[in-house]
Amino acid sequence: MKTDELVALLSTNLEPADRRSVARTLYVALAAGSIAALGLAFVGLGIRSDLMTTRAFVFLVMKLAFAIAIVGLALVYLTRLARPGGERKTPSFLVAMPFLVIVVLAGISLALAPSSHWDKMIVGNEWLECLISIPIIAIVPFAISICAVRRAAPTNLTRTGAFAGLVAGGVSAMAYALHCTDDSLPFIAIWYVGTIVLCTLAGAALGPRLLRW
Amino acid sequence: MTIHEAELKALMLASLDGDAASHRALLERLSRRLRAYYKGKLAGIGRDATEAEDLVQEAVLAIHIKRHTYDPAEPLTPWVHAVARYKLIDFLRRTRASISDVPIEEADAIMAHDDNVDAESTYDLKRLMQRLPEKMRCSIEAVKLDGQSIAEAAERCRLSESGVKVSIHRGLKTLAAMIARETPT
Repeated sequence: MKTDELVALLSTNLEPADRRSVARTLYVALAAGSIAALGLAFVGLGIRSDLMTTRAFVFLVMKLAFAIAIVGLALVYLTRLARPGGERKTPSFLVAMPFLVIVVLAGISLALAPSSHWDKMIVGNEWLECLISIPIIAIVPFAISICAVRRAAPTNLTRTGAFAGLVAGGVSAMAYALHCTDDSLPFIAIWYVGTIVLCTLAGAALGPRLLRW
Repeated sequence: MTIHEAELKALMLASLDGDAASHRALLERLSRRLRAYYKGKLAGIGRDATEAEDLVQEAVLAIHIKRHTYDPAEPLTPWVHAVARYKLIDFLRRTRASISDVPIEEADAIMAHDDNVDAESTYDLKRLMQRLPEKMRCSIEAVKLDGQSIAEAAERCRLSESGVKVSIHRGLKTLAAMIARETPT
């Protein structure tokens, strides 16, 4: 086939392109992923029963703020990475900010507490449930994000996969927070951060296979 | 460089709005630059320059199919370069060459030279089209090869008008995927 023939074929009866579709598709994917994650957490785990107490409420808000900050930042980067060459203008360190903040706060809270409490603050009651739930709840949001990114054209597939995993991990943490009754900053800093990082690594590993175009 | 950038960006913006003449001019001019770019790259790593035309067509198809990912707030050159380079690396990976052979370069490299040889790729469009599902083949033949309107194509292929549009879009994507699979190793 001659290149001229191909160019002629592609130009005949050209349809206008939707310039906003990249960002819009990702926002819709985030909304759909959040609904799926909240639904699964609500049906599979149930919402914590002590929500009326101030302490429980404060910790819920803290966990949600942490998760939403991650999702928000990660989505901004994912929207850039979804376009060809987007990785060039994307220094990703800002996305580490919520993690740093929570780790520092956890350190302060440990320093202020007597060391006999450390075990309980770090391990909590449900560390295993957290460790399993967040990655499982993240599966559907991850699949939806990957589908959305595939409609665009990322050129750094590992990094784009990592950010899709980060968005999914953040969404999942947000949903799991509604159930989780372990209220301590070190618990969040270890188990939430750990599982979200795990989702990110899984995304980075899967990206090159799932995102080729 | 800036002259190319301004002219090509204007063509790209018009083509995003659906202007066929601009789209054609854009793809013609980009394909000349892509040809020079890929010939240079392939020669640089000791590969056969005849493979360049396959790559040019892959990149032209990709630019067409993914044109909605161009952000008009950004310059066009880095976008084209990223697509071209991605397709080069993908091609080399498929054909078992090492990616470390591709040196880092500035985005402007993509606009550096023009190669106007009217070359032919190893792909046979008619044969590839035969392998498309009926709806997609019929829609592309009617609208893209015979130049019929969407309404005429809908009647000819017994599809709705939106069905024709979707079939064309999916068909071009499938063609691009077939081309990628067809590349000799």
